[in-house]
Amino acid sequence: MRNDPYIMRDPTAELAPIVRQRIAPPTSLAGRTVGVLSISKERSDEFLDTVAAALQQQGLKVKRFRKPTHTKPAPEAMIQSIVESCDVVIEGLAD
Amino acid sequence: MAQIEYIAFVKRDCETCKMVAAVLGALKQDVQVTIYSQDDPTFPESTGGAKDDTALEQSWRHNITIVPTVIQLTDSTETSRTEGWERADWERLCGPLREASALPEFRPGCGSRSTEPGMPERLSLRYGGLNLAARAIEVVEDADPMEVAFERGWTDGLPIVPPTDLRVARMLAGTTRRPDEIIGEIPPNLSTCTVEKAAINAVMAGCKPEYFPVVLGVIEAALRPEFSMHGLLCTLWFSGPVVIVNGPVTRRIGMNSGGNALGQGNRANATIGRALQLVIRNVGGGIPGEIDRSVLGNPGKYTFCFAEDESDPNWTPLNVARGAAPGSSSATLFHGDGVQGIQSWSARTPEELCRSLAASLWGVCHPKLAGWSGAILVLCPEHYEMFRAEGWRRTDVEAGLHTALRRPGKDLIAGAQGIAEGIDPARADEMVDKFNDGYLLIVRAGGRGGGISAAIGGWTGHRKTADVQIVTQEIKQ
Repeated sequence: MRNDPYIMRDPTAELAPIVRQRIAPPTSLAGRTVGVLSISKERSDEFLDTVAAALQQQGLKVKRFRKPTHTKPAPEAMIQSIVESCDVVIEGLAD
Repeated sequence: MAQIEYIAFVKRDCETCKMVAAVLGALKQDVQVTIYSQDDPTFPESTGGAKDDTALEQSWRHNITIVPTVIQLTDSTETSRTEGWERADWERLCGPLREASALPEFRPGCGSRSTEPGMPERLSLRYGGLNLAARAIEVVEDADPMEVAFERGWTDGLPIVPPTDLRVARMLAGTTRRPDEIIGEIPPNLSTCTVEKAAINAVMAGCKPEYFPVVLGVIEAALRPEFSMHGLLCTLWFSGPVVIVNGPVTRRIGMNSGGNALGQGNRANATIGRALQLVIRNVGGGIPGEIDRSVLGNPGKYTFCFAEDESDPNWTPLNVARGAAPGSSSATLFHGDGVQGIQSWSARTPEELCRSLAASLWGVCHPKLAGWSGAILVLCPEHYEMFRAEGWRRTDVEAGLHTALRRPGKDLIAGAQGIAEGIDPARADEMVDKFNDGYLLIVRAGGRGGGISAAIGGWTGHRKTADVQIVTQEIKQ
């Protein structure tokens, strides 16, 4: 039994949980620009080249992006460029 | 005309205070003096009692460390003070004293109650010397604070020490840095970490306040861009930060560099490594299954921290070998996995021992990959003795291992030995180094009893030497 209120101090960053709403996926890719982002892991190019070629065969516009290194987050300028120029993005996450 | 007055602090439980009671009684008849008693306001009877300072507020506000203390105020501002009983000093402050002739010239005082263990922090919280900025979470009556911590996702799976105000204040007393000083931004969320937030997590990890400067140094090391804490957190690989502490601080706080140095049982080793992990989890938001994508993880991700054995002055400590000033304290952070034992009882020369250790080190990451991950070789006392007896120093051991760690490329190329994993076939005719330069750390630790050293494999991110580097950070007191 305790008399005083028992207080603990919050060890977290106290960020209100920001649940970002996802953009609804487009019903059709017709006329859209697809970003294809490599995170610079070994052999991801082989997979992404194949994906990009398949998309282009469907007449879609493809823009390629490549992170300088997979060990760090993508540079802010690259993220902004994707947001500005693409409607959807495919990210090659792992080996 | 300046107005002179005095304040005196006493307690009944002090023989010197009792001795000077008559002097204070006489002084009160001659000058304006306010007397505070820390334990019993009826004392001293010779002055008709004292003001009640059993709550120690005035003692804390006047920074009293010894009783009796007499403070001289000139126009309400302190101009001088004397502690204990030294007749000449009292008379310097108060003028000629009556009732003092029977007393000795000097007698030391006693400790102020406001300086008893834990009391300065308690008083600082109570009277506004320390205002914690972190959100206060009230635990309702009958709820278990530890269960609340689990429910809120604050723990690594093991119980934590509840971060109460008093515990956080005591942790903050372990450093001279201000609670609101910003240490840096903790990945992955890049949330600002203050000294206070670090202290809260250090409390939860079980640290003592004297460990706190090491915890702060370790966090600073992890935040250096070249360490790539973000990538280490996100990796599929096993690795987490492995902390090796060097220098006088390891002896001061009782870290273990001897038997079972990599294992359980030493509070400093256990809790300093854990504090870093809790900061990353709680401040940074690095949660397994979310941004932490490790396929298997490793037990060292609870905590992995130990000290180097620096008992032999002929051995250059790891931090000094990496550029730190001799005699300084440092934390070296390595991106490491679990421990792989190396059995080697039969070697009889340093060169043979190097070959034996190297054969095991080749197994790190994959025996046919080179330059992919670094390693720590933890050199046990028996193995070190074989080097020392032949006059080998750190640089000799490093050179010997470097030679022993080269293998013909033809044995390593993709497809060789019927194993597709391997290095570029174009390197078939080269002699290939297992590790990139600077990515094999040699550390002395362990107890006596056997020729068994340890390899701690490194992160596969070590193959990106421009992006991922081992760091050594000075620990400031």
